[in-house]
Amino acid sequence: MRAVSPVLSLRGVTKRFGGLVAVNGMDFDVAEHEVLGLIGPNGSGKSTTLNLISGALMPTAGTISLRGTPITELPAQDIARRGVSRTFQLVRLLPSMTVLENVKAGAVFGHRRRWGAEADTHAQAMLESVGLGGRGHLRVGQLTYIDTKRVELARCLASDPKVLLLDEWLAGLNPTELEEGIALIRRLRDEGRTVILVEHVMDAIRSLCDRCVVMASGTKIAEGGVSEVLSDPEVIRAYLGDDDA
Amino acid sequence: MRLSSKDWQTLTFATLALAAAACLPFLTAGYWLTIGVTIAMYTVLSTSWALFSGPTHYISLATAAFFGVGAYVVGYGIEHLPYWSLLVIAGVIGAVMAALVGLTTLRLSGVYFVIFTLGLAEFIRQVITWVQNWTGQKGIYVLTSITEAHIYWQLVGLAALVFLTGWLIGRSRLGFALRIIGDDEEVARHSGIRTARAKILLFMVPGAVGAITGAILAPRYVYIEPILAFTPMLSFQVVIMALLGGTGRLWGPIVGVIPFTLLWEAISASFPNQTTLLLGLSFLVIVYLLPRGFVGLIDDIRARAGREALA
Ligand SMILES: Nc1ncnc2c1ncn2[C@@H]1O[C@H](COP(=O)(O)OP(=O)(O)O)[C@@H](O)[C@H]1O
Ligand SMILES: [Mg+2]
Repeated sequence: MRAVSPVLSLRGVTKRFGGLVAVNGMDFDVAEHEVLGLIGPNGSGKSTTLNLISGALMPTAGTISLRGTPITELPAQDIARRGVSRTFQLVRLLPSMTVLENVKAGAVFGHRRRWGAEADTHAQAMLESVGLGGRGHLRVGQLTYIDTKRVELARCLASDPKVLLLDEWLAGLNPTELEEGIALIRRLRDEGRTVILVEHVMDAIRSLCDRCVVMASGTKIAEGGVSEVLSDPEVIRAYLGDDDA
Repeated sequence: MRLSSKDWQTLTFATLALAAAACLPFLTAGYWLTIGVTIAMYTVLSTSWALFSGPTHYISLATAAFFGVGAYVVGYGIEHLPYWSLLVIAGVIGAVMAALVGLTTLRLSGVYFVIFTLGLAEFIRQVITWVQNWTGQKGIYVLTSITEAHIYWQLVGLAALVFLTGWLIGRSRLGFALRIIGDDEEVARHSGIRTARAKILLFMVPGAVGAITGAILAPRYVYIEPILAFTPMLSFQVVIMALLGGTGRLWGPIVGVIPFTLLWEAISASFPNQTTLLLGLSFLVIVYLLPRGFVGLIDDIRARAGREALA
């Protein structure tokens, strides 16, 4: 089943901030159409890992490849053009623009590039796909919290990503919103998208992820099927919190 | 390119306004034409400055550097080459200079950029002064038969070109990329925008326009000296006028240029020794009272009127 070459693979990826090793020799693959959960306690290096993949940060050591081609040294814009798209742990929208223009940013630039009416149509379609079809004309300041997250997701989807990196996309949602959020990501999964999901919400991890990689203090401590990983004693110990000094 | 009826309206209005402006030399040849030249000059400089600094929020103080280089291209070249070709050469040199400055500084933060661009004019001025001292020259004469009216018409033509360029950029991918960069550069990069390239391309516009403006104005000075051609006051005045008008719209700066030029004429005639002080004061007043310029004020009033109409 995993004979096909992975969409994304990390080998020995390490990031040091001065004396702190935020990510330490990470190895993992993401297969096509897979939703991979990247989990671990706060400060374990999940966001840093996404920053390394998306080119926001340059690794201190190791290799990151997209479909077998190294992208380790590329700047963020070139990685985005090759089809890696990300959301931010703290939502980042374009404040001076309308909702539709925010999504259009993904449609115009990014992996597949469009312009003019084609870009508008595509942006509108992506906005509809996250349930915001009628909100395109609003300013982003007028949106509720979950809707800002939806716009950010639509912007990513509009760029036709090969890999989608979602950093705690479900964090901060109330219970009703959480349900809607999980349903939305399940749809991405059903569409066959390749996703790395950094998440704390256990229900979401159980119902959405094919596999999980668990990090603690920058290191991978477990990898495998969700239920198997979540019952691993070392993972439980990490989550109980005696590890991340 | 398909044009909407609103686009046609904009283009028609702009053409009529420029045509009307071009009639000024037929009405007056004295004081008001001189004011007209000043207004046209600052319109060109501030509008092209805002094209770059509006969306990127980088404050450029390089105007004097481009302007001075353009003036010196004419100063050194007028004996050897036809005048019009010097305008083209000045534009190319200005654009290349801007590209080089952009390559070296636009990856740095905005603060370094401001200081670098301010230093650039001073640096070139010192180099030219040094070369002139070495050759025993103080300045150079630019003797032509170009009249004040000719200078004015050239500036109006250049203004037309600047407005057209700005209008086209605003409708282009590059223009959209720049708005995104202005809002959030990190989002821009992660959306696949080559941010450094976009900023450098755009910075070449005020580079070329500044140098061409210097070249157009050179015959007016007759005698060019480094201190005159590279005066930092020019850079600051361009920034102040653009901010006064507002950089959010293509027509924003001109709304600042006209009242400021008229006011400045009056002030500098009454207090010739306090101009620098007054320039600094007016800068503070604008930044505190009108952070988005007249354009922002107009937008606010419109928005308020809209809300009251709804209520
Ligand atoms: N830019 C940075 N500079 C210095 N330290 C950082 C930086 N980014 C993250 N860190 C540190 O790296 C560690 C991992 O952080 P992060 O990847 O954000 O964790 P997570 O997303 O798993 O909560 C933390 O100790 C954090 O303080
Ligand atoms: Mg994080």
